[in-house]
Amino acid sequence: MMQLWDSLAALATDPNLRWIALGCMLLGLSSGMIGCFAYLRRQSLMGDTIAHTALPGICVAFLLTGVKSLPVFMLGAIVAGIAGTLAIRVITARSRIKADAAMGIVLSSFFGIGIVLLTMIQHSGDGSQSGLDKFLFGQAASMVGSDVQLMAGVSLLLTFVCTLLFKEFKLLAFDPAFAKGSGFSTSLLDFIMQALVVTAVVAGIQAVGVVLVAALLITPAVSARFWTERLDRMIMLSGAFGMISGLLGAWISSQVFQLPTGPVSVLAAAFVFLVSVLFGTKRGLLTMRLTRSRARQQLQALQGSTASVKEAG
Amino acid sequence: MSMDFWILLTGSLAAVSCAVLGCFLILRRMALMGDAISHSVLPGIVVAYMISGSRDSILMLVAAAIMGLLCVFLIQWFNNRGIQSDASIGVIFTSLFAIGVVLVSLNARQVDLDLDCVLYGEIAYTAWNTLQIGGMDLGPRSVWLLGGTLLLVLTVIGLFYKQFKLCAFDPMLALALGIPAALFHYLLMGLVSVATVSSFESVGAILVVGLLVIPPSTAYLLTDRLGAMILISAACGVASTVLGFALAVWLDASIAGCIVAAAAILFAVTFLLSPKHGLLFARLRRTRLSRSTA
Repeated sequence: MMQLWDSLAALATDPNLRWIALGCMLLGLSSGMIGCFAYLRRQSLMGDTIAHTALPGICVAFLLTGVKSLPVFMLGAIVAGIAGTLAIRVITARSRIKADAAMGIVLSSFFGIGIVLLTMIQHSGDGSQSGLDKFLFGQAASMVGSDVQLMAGVSLLLTFVCTLLFKEFKLLAFDPAFAKGSGFSTSLLDFIMQALVVTAVVAGIQAVGVVLVAALLITPAVSARFWTERLDRMIMLSGAFGMISGLLGAWISSQVFQLPTGPVSVLAAAFVFLVSVLFGTKRGLLTMRLTRSRARQQLQALQGSTASVKEAG
Repeated sequence: MSMDFWILLTGSLAAVSCAVLGCFLILRRMALMGDAISHSVLPGIVVAYMISGSRDSILMLVAAAIMGLLCVFLIQWFNNRGIQSDASIGVIFTSLFAIGVVLVSLNARQVDLDLDCVLYGEIAYTAWNTLQIGGMDLGPRSVWLLGGTLLLVLTVIGLFYKQFKLCAFDPMLALALGIPAALFHYLLMGLVSVATVSSFESVGAILVVGLLVIPPSTAYLLTDRLGAMILISAACGVASTVLGFALAVWLDASIAGCIVAAAAILFAVTFLLSPKHGLLFARLRRTRLSRSTA
């Protein structure tokens, strides 16, 4: 028990650990909040797609600048991510291909092109390319202070924008036609939201990796849906779930040798999800079963009383 | 020369299996199922490796296929309990993949598991694996495996073509006619799992995802008939393999990456120029129509 407290206290006192824990928590908070909108708009897998489109962006950024620096990579990834979302929109709007296939096409083509570029960079014999893949597979524990500060700053910015535009996003998520009728530019709002998702994903890639970054957006949001029917509460809960997952990820991985932070955070989020599925107060399996059995009892009682009334009559 | 032949044959066999199955996936709007399956097999592969200690075992194939089916089952289970299918796909495959990554990191010391091969090999280093395998054991083993998979896919689809077709276009009618739609769903997903797992071992996960989605989408823009769509899709898959291989030799880059890029180029050309559903002809028709009404 003492050891447990010591290790928890280390999160607050050890300067390196403190930064990583703080960064993961802020990342979880911002992705959890933004993920709610992606979930409601049935774009849960957008995060996965954008994460894969980041690869060619990073490669091109490296080819153009020749430097390995996180801000340059992030910029390249964001540009590629926005290009990917635009490509999905063009494909779904201008042909009969559905959103899921469009996402699959963009995901695999961008990633395929990214692999081609990556291998071309590697084959060109430039010794300095080794950081490219590190960025993609996510190593939160090896991030240096400035990386974490950048990630934390981006997360704070995302949280701020999301809070600021809460009402507009709510309208867009539930009734885009009404939003348009009320004079909002839905395409601009849509673009801002996509840009937020792209930024959240890109900020998350370096911490948890390309494949798992989708979980930061989806899992907390889906979990929150089991506890409430109100959007504001759902967003707060989802942000909180994201923060808890980030904290647990940073803490548990600091305790076990060689355990990576990202996957542990994702598993923590999955655990929160399981608890929500079982015990969620609005849609949890237990709640539903209780409601159903109570309704059945009421029905039986009602039938019993009508039967006795009939007998008496 | 014969090495090139084996690479092309392996690529084409994988391409045809994926392209045929992909047609049903995109018609049922489950294009990303292949992505989910190809990632969630990781824990199965790691456990099989821990038991057998080698990377080339039948056990690994079986374990991976079981994980693929488990992934499908879990997605369906949560979907039936009111979670949107896209969200359920996202939650399940990331969780399974995370379990796989944690297993790899926890056992890296005892089992001496090569992270590059198990984890990176299927993502960014696909190229290295394909090239190395291409040099050494791209011979009979993977060709036999992929050939067997293709035979299985074609036999099952051929036997139950009508049922699969009905389930793809009108699952309600299929149910009303007494066709067990759930059974055919799992049969299709089982085939996708087998195709994913057997292709993924030799050509890499990203290529599998690309081949499951891009050639069928290209075919979808060219025809309105399922039979024709399957044939065109398979042809596109083979064409992408050949074109991609030539591209890879020319650019000195990853073969798998180039095959996906070639498939993407074919799709882009079709998207612009398809006589039925292409951008250019749609615009031409529109101008002609507006001229004739004006």
